[in-house]
Amino acid sequence: MHKIGWLRLPLGITYLFLYTPIVVLVIMSFNISKTPFVWKGFSTRWYAELFQNELVRQGFINTMIVAVSATILATILGTLLAIGISRYFRSALLEAYSLAPAIIPDLALAIGLLVFFSLMGVTLSLVSVLLSHVVFGMAFVAAVVIARMGQTDSSLEEASRDLGGNAFTTFFKITLPSLAPGIIAGALLVFTLSLDEFVVAYFTNGPATPTLPIVIYSMVRFGVTPEINALAALLLLVSFTFVLSAQRITRLTDSV
Amino acid sequence: MSLSTNTRKNSGRGASRRRALSARAIFAGPGLLYITAFMTIPLILIFVYSFFTRGRFGGVVWEFTLANYSRLFESVYVNVFISSVVIAGTTTLLALVLGYPTAYAITRLPPKWRTIALILVVLPFWTNFLIRTYAWIILLNSEGPVNSTLVSLGIIGAPLGLLYTPGAVIVGLLYAYLPLVVLPIYASLERADRQLLEAASNLGANRFRTFIDITLPLSLPGAMIGAIFVFVPSLGNFVVPELLGGGKTVMVGNLIRDQFLEARDWPFGAVIALFTVGLLVLLFAVQAAIARKINGKQVSHA
Repeated sequence: MHKIGWLRLPLGITYLFLYTPIVVLVIMSFNISKTPFVWKGFSTRWYAELFQNELVRQGFINTMIVAVSATILATILGTLLAIGISRYFRSALLEAYSLAPAIIPDLALAIGLLVFFSLMGVTLSLVSVLLSHVVFGMAFVAAVVIARMGQTDSSLEEASRDLGGNAFTTFFKITLPSLAPGIIAGALLVFTLSLDEFVVAYFTNGPATPTLPIVIYSMVRFGVTPEINALAALLLLVSFTFVLSAQRITRLTDSV
Repeated sequence: MSLSTNTRKNSGRGASRRRALSARAIFAGPGLLYITAFMTIPLILIFVYSFFTRGRFGGVVWEFTLANYSRLFESVYVNVFISSVVIAGTTTLLALVLGYPTAYAITRLPPKWRTIALILVVLPFWTNFLIRTYAWIILLNSEGPVNSTLVSLGIIGAPLGLLYTPGAVIVGLLYAYLPLVVLPIYASLERADRQLLEAASNLGANRFRTFIDITLPLSLPGAMIGAIFVFVPSLGNFVVPELLGGGKTVMVGNLIRDQFLEARDWPFGAVIALFTVGLLVLLFAVQAAIARKINGKQVSHA
């Protein structure tokens, strides 16, 4: 019934194209040589040097502050928004509006926020980065939770209401548990997004508190060193773990 | 008696409507307000700024002008637009050429493999974008793996200067956005009515005709979404042209970045940024119109 035939070729090219750079990047992070182009021998020295790098350490701390807070805020706001949109409003326009921050060009959002903060007299800092990350993070959570709501049965909520459960009980006993996989998956995605986000952070951050992607940007601009490879390998590991977990959580419960 | 039950019913309905209204406000209110404050108002501000005079150190002086718009037509900027559209357009074309058959191939995999195949396509998209771009600096370097492989295979005699070329920019953009084109095409192919396909093949249409007459038109809206997802962000990307183009290839994104962070001409930067947002909205509107037309045709046939 399913024939792939020659379609294996483009499929193979796509995977080769997508994963060769990642594999090379990781292999070269273990290269003993000072340049990550030609393999000279195995070593973990670049990981050791990475952990000594004060700039990277500070960037990592700043990024964690932003990513953790953005995840918490975006998950709460995005979940409520998703429920409000798909249970009460049922409006395609409002749904599109809620998801817009995820689709709008990041550079336009970034300069809009820069203009906004400067006009409001907000000093650029980790707080302005956090406020900015929440807006698109929320849209991603809302998207995942709305998708989840499409799969769950709203008749349970109706039954709870008919049986005299108030909005509060219905929400915490019925709605929230049934949405939990979507919410957790959304949270994992926001964390990954915030951890890796560069453009918006670049425009809305103060000079004293660079996040990790901003540190990486200045490192890459300065030159190529295997230390970046080591950092890249670690970040890839984190992103892969989080995204695959998010995927697993939503799929595990789908099959039930 | 009947009057009192009537009023009770009415007041009951009114109360439940009020409850529904307050539930709406509690659930959707904070999120919608947040989006309005941190997306809509900032975008409106860019729009407003675009009509005023630049301040000396960024910001704006409140003197109305249309000069920022007329500056768009200066040849320096027109040239940047043209070269950006060529580079983003080439990237989009390549993304469709590679992404469409990839999506099509995934729909033909056994069901349990499809999810895994899709995850593998999307996974790189969720990793750090700078790192993905950095990987190509290593790959395309004159001493890098691509050159050394080509030399050792005897395809080229000496390493090529691959890095810091428009080609490198296109490869970097393609790498960044390819997953975004596969997903919507896959979704539209999945949605394409399987019964319609079966009917076509039962009626004796060969696979090629079935594909041209049915599958391709039905997947066109998805392909257009994918194309927009590659084209618009490519135009606005300033990191890839800088890191892989060596600053020689200037794109719309670089222009915007420079106006805000270097030239400190915020109003003009705002005009260019509005151009990318407007383009996105316009392309989505075109896509929606075409999708409606195609779906309408499908309904009228059935």
